[in-house]
Amino acid sequence: MTRKRQRMIFVVTGLISLGVATGLVLLALGDNLVFFHGPSEVVSEEFPPQRRFRLGGLVEEGSVKRNEDGLTVEFVVTDLVNVVPVTFTGILPDLFREGQGVVAEGRLGADGVFVATEVLAKHDETYIPADVVDALKAAGQWQGD
Amino acid sequence: MVAELGHFALILALVMAVVQGTIPLIGAQTRSAAWIAVARPAANAQFAFVAIAFAALTYSFVVSDFSVLTVAKNSHTLKPLMYKITGVWGNHEGSLLLWILILTLFGAAVAWFGTNLPPGLRARVLAVQALIGVGFLSFILLTSNPFERILEAPFEGNGLNPLLQDPGLAFHPPFLYLGYVGFSMAFSFAVAALIEGRVDPAWARWVRPWTLAAWTFLTVGIVLGSWWAYYELGWGGFWFWDPVENASFMPWLAGTALLHSAIVVERRDTLKSWTILLAILTFSLSLLGTFIVRSGILTSVHAFATDPERGYFILGFLVLVIGGSLILYAVRAPALKSGGVFAPISREGALVLNNLLLATATATVLLGTLYPLLLDLFTGKKVSVGAPFFEATFFPIMAPLLAAAVFGPMLPWKRGDLMGAFQRLRVAFFLSGGIALAVWAFVSGGTWLSTLGIALGAWLVAGSFASLAERIKLLRAPLADSLRRAIHLPRSAWGMTLAHAGLGLFLLGGTIMLTWQTESIQVMRPGEVITVAGYELTFQGVGDVPGPNYMAERALFSVSRDGEAFTNLLPEKRAYVSSGMPTTEAGIKATWAGDLYAVIGDADGTGGWATRFFFKPFVHWMWIGASVMVLGGVISLTDRRHRVGAPARRRKSATGAAPAPQMAGE
Repeated sequence: MTRKRQRMIFVVTGLISLGVATGLVLLALGDNLVFFHGPSEVVSEEFPPQRRFRLGGLVEEGSVKRNEDGLTVEFVVTDLVNVVPVTFTGILPDLFREGQGVVAEGRLGADGVFVATEVLAKHDETYIPADVVDALKAAGQWQGD
Repeated sequence: MVAELGHFALILALVMAVVQGTIPLIGAQTRSAAWIAVARPAANAQFAFVAIAFAALTYSFVVSDFSVLTVAKNSHTLKPLMYKITGVWGNHEGSLLLWILILTLFGAAVAWFGTNLPPGLRARVLAVQALIGVGFLSFILLTSNPFERILEAPFEGNGLNPLLQDPGLAFHPPFLYLGYVGFSMAFSFAVAALIEGRVDPAWARWVRPWTLAAWTFLTVGIVLGSWWAYYELGWGGFWFWDPVENASFMPWLAGTALLHSAIVVERRDTLKSWTILLAILTFSLSLLGTFIVRSGILTSVHAFATDPERGYFILGFLVLVIGGSLILYAVRAPALKSGGVFAPISREGALVLNNLLLATATATVLLGTLYPLLLDLFTGKKVSVGAPFFEATFFPIMAPLLAAAVFGPMLPWKRGDLMGAFQRLRVAFFLSGGIALAVWAFVSGGTWLSTLGIALGAWLVAGSFASLAERIKLLRAPLADSLRRAIHLPRSAWGMTLAHAGLGLFLLGGTIMLTWQTESIQVMRPGEVITVAGYELTFQGVGDVPGPNYMAERALFSVSRDGEAFTNLLPEKRAYVSSGMPTTEAGIKATWAGDLYAVIGDADGTGGWATRFFFKPFVHWMWIGASVMVLGGVISLTDRRHRVGAPARRRKSATGAAPAPQMAGE
């Protein structure tokens, strides 16, 4: 075992593990990236359908309706210019409220209704997700700072 | 008055840090004993001043002095005393002050316990530690003064975020910071060694206990946070792969690697340059974690106490520290002499593999965490990288690491024999394989992944104890003899066995829980019964219960099994008086087979309530496993050879006279 051979073995195993990791990362990134869109982007014509994404905006005042089964909730996400109707089955996070920011993850149905599989909770009631702020800014409706 | 005192003490601490960061460094360079001697009293004084500032802020919180802005924003008179105190670090300014308190505490600890460190090295370590302190003290004084007054003090404070009013989370930040900041010791030692241009086994003996202590604290911190998320947030999970969670996980992974590579430096006087780099990277990741959490730059479910404006300061500091230390590394590392040569199949080889895999795993977590930020920066596209990415990259890298973790301790230094090691591990191998196959064959609902998880978990537990059994010659020598050997075994050997076995238990619990948990969401009216995992849960109704600073709607579920009353579950929805913020309290009953977990949702307006139940089998094995890992760290810390500051720099011995191989000889 010479020092040179030892270094070769280090370099080769290092490169192998780096290569494997790169492969894994590229594979995983291709499949598992979830894009974020605001309502105005979603209703625009060039919006590509059929991909899982995150929808963010404000829950429109007076839009929350509970279905008869008691678990399915319908509400409307707005950036104060355009709106996207959303349906979600399950228990909503504590901080879900009308007029507040929300981020929902799911798919857009053919009927234009966003079927959410997850509605994200935030830990603080004064907090608006940064993505939602940007979506509101993009729609020219941001009132804060 | 007290607040001004605290503010003044902080300014003095900054002055002290500047002195401590320069004079001893120059002294060590010019070999001036008087200048070197400044380091120790300066470290003590710096710690004392920061402690005074911290005490002043704590006092302001305890007496609810709302003329102090931080207190007014984050406290409330109705809050129980314990949360008034823990509220000190439940906000940006206070948590930063805690960070600095711990940083200076570590510095002072070097001054106290490092009496047998060579004075030059000690002076340099303390100077580097103080320079980090200069950065953080100027940050807190310039951008985040915790003692800022408001002219018209409000009569009542805004209250602490209710989610933070919980014992699990109250002590999560101090432990996390003890871990993060603890790695600053490894960093300071690494930079000091680079300045000195010398790394030897004695250096590693000083670095190991600090790294081990930091690792143990960080493990406790992460587990507390995870446990809190499990029982408090009501979503039934324990890890979200959220940027803020990853921020604490990356230093943990890198720190685990550092822990292992420092062994090679200590025992075999090789791998030095890599260990130094790892020490720099581990602390850099701690700083990056602080940056991610404190700047609010990444969208996160953890949005406590963030402020984007301050991000620039930390970013600049980050660039300075990481860039500076890496440049120093690039200049000085080639001068470090490398030590003994070893074959790929050897203890060193196994530890290198450990480092390689841990570093790769850290890199993938780092990439997944920063990718959304970079993409947003360069393309304006907003993405999130969630659990599926990390599961697809992290676990395939970890699986070989866990499989190899059992082999490593069985291999002798320098050159080993894989077949021989396997021979000695065959009982553990067939036992764990048998368990995994039996579960696969007899329990429905498993997948190949769960089978692999169980096999690896059982392998870690059985293999760790197999190597322990071999060392004490269990069943091969008289029992009394084995017992005597067990007692005389170095504590670090026990520590390693427990840490590896604990990881195995954690993996077993996690795999079984994720694979076989059952969940049921429905609307229930009083009197209705739902069966979950053999337990019948009867919904008895919801009542209002007042708390000290909240109102709760508490549901009562009576649980029976096989017709016999078993327990009651009392999940709550709370609304806090000061902020009106609602929180969920899960009702959990732990049984030997797992946790029965109940959450109550919204009323449907016609007498029904949304309810959610989980049965989480073996979930406590995760917490037990994590505790065993921590116990391993603690026991290892009590090892004579690891006692903080204990090791004396040995006479310069030839590298050939390395300590006898641990396994083979004993």
